[in-house]
Amino acid sequence: MLSEVAQGLKRNLAMVISIVLVTFISLTFVGTASLLQLQIGQMKNYWYERAQVAVYLCTEVSPEAACPRGAATEEVKAEVIQRLESTTLAPFIEEYYFEDNQQAFANFQEQFAGNAVAQYVKPEQLNETFWVNLYDPNQSPILTESFAGLAGVEEVRDQRSYLDQIFSILNTASLVAISIAALMLFSSVLLISTTIRLSAFSRRRELGIMRLVGASNFSIQLPFILEGVVAALIGSVLAGLTVLVLIQFFVQGFLAESLPFTSFVGLSDGMLVVPLLIAAGVLLAAVASGLAIRRYLKI
Amino acid sequence: MISLQKVTKKYKGTPRPALDQVSLEIDKGEFVFLVGSSGSGKSSLMRLMLREDVPNSGSVHVLGENLVGLPARRVPFFRRKLGVVFQDFRLLPNKTVSENVAFSLQVIGKSEGFIQQAVPDVLGMVGLAEKADRLPNELSGGEQQRVALARAIVNKPAILLADEPTGNLDPTTSEGIMSLLNSINLAGTTVVMATHDFSIVNRMKKRVVELSHGQVVRDQVSGGYGVKG
Repeated sequence: MLSEVAQGLKRNLAMVISIVLVTFISLTFVGTASLLQLQIGQMKNYWYERAQVAVYLCTEVSPEAACPRGAATEEVKAEVIQRLESTTLAPFIEEYYFEDNQQAFANFQEQFAGNAVAQYVKPEQLNETFWVNLYDPNQSPILTESFAGLAGVEEVRDQRSYLDQIFSILNTASLVAISIAALMLFSSVLLISTTIRLSAFSRRRELGIMRLVGASNFSIQLPFILEGVVAALIGSVLAGLTVLVLIQFFVQGFLAESLPFTSFVGLSDGMLVVPLLIAAGVLLAAVASGLAIRRYLKI
Repeated sequence: MISLQKVTKKYKGTPRPALDQVSLEIDKGEFVFLVGSSGSGKSSLMRLMLREDVPNSGSVHVLGENLVGLPARRVPFFRRKLGVVFQDFRLLPNKTVSENVAFSLQVIGKSEGFIQQAVPDVLGMVGLAEKADRLPNELSGGEQQRVALARAIVNKPAILLADEPTGNLDPTTSEGIMSLLNSINLAGTTVVMATHDFSIVNRMKKRVVELSHGQVVRDQVSGGYGVKG
């Protein structure tokens, strides 16, 4: 039985190599895309928890439309504080703090250190800001509504709106990867069934005799199914290893070190994804070769 | 043992049925020749008995199995109770004589012990014990057909179907195959042989069923190919 499988694989070596490569590449895409999804989920959890709502006050350089009266005055600040402390808003707010020009400037200098823009910016060009942490980050529209009409407030901005953009880019990337992978998986299914058909054709004499003497369909099918499965298994294992190597050396080794405050997917997530990849590869191959060989079993 | 009732078989694209209301009974231990010109329906009849095909109408019973209603997955198990040989031998060219015979036992899951005993036995019976390790292309046509016969009977089938087994062989060699078939029959196996070899049928004096245009036109105990009496 096993020698038959080995023989079949040897006979169609070129086709087998192409099956291995196509399953390998397509499943690597699938694995990477699923890890990216996991990563997005993790980052969402992490950053949504920490996302604040910023109430930006008008500066001298604020656009006319939002700030017709120029820079925010002390009265405006007092008004904002009063509203934040009022009985309508206070129950939703965990804490808030005020960032004045100088602090904003210091933060800016730190953030853009080495960047040319840091030299041109002056403290009074940066917004004074009330940073608000809500108990429930989903309730930011309450703040937006409360301060929308207030003169001297340039904008109320939920930080999550920036995050959403990043996440939607990552999401699109992973969807693109999944689509490419789906196309490639489809072609690997076709490749597998063609290979198995070829293999069955070259052994049609044997198959005819097997049917004649009463070999069961299962025992006729099995070597062919195994042939497809073995080829796909090699490809899936390679894909699994690649995904693990990517996690270990690229994500944990490179990304995690260059972005120390972000939590990244780790090998434990990989261990979750890899068995699924291998199972998917094997299952696809078994189904594809099983269907391909069925024609030769018609009695 | 074999029973066909009003069997009709049509093939697509041909106006005339290959078999037209054929009824036939074959009992245990019989030796039956199916004769008739090419296209008379002999091969169609053989195919039905082997369940390679099912009729459009009528019933086919072989060894107690209703072949018309037999589900596809049980067909292999039915075929294990039959032996079959063809005009073109159908041996595997890359396997030796004994491997060819052993192969048919391996694929139906017989034990290695059984195979090691049964294969030399049956090769001895067909007179090929010394040639067990030869490849088919090193053998004469008659010897190759003996290998095919050995493969057909190694599993001790109740019925042996032979479709023109001497069609590719010269008269002397055919003689040897026929005496082998006869001894297989004497050992209790029912033999059904399709042929259009006059001399063999005339000499053997067995039951003859003649088909013409898909119908049984003669069914005669110990008959000749075309002569009554």
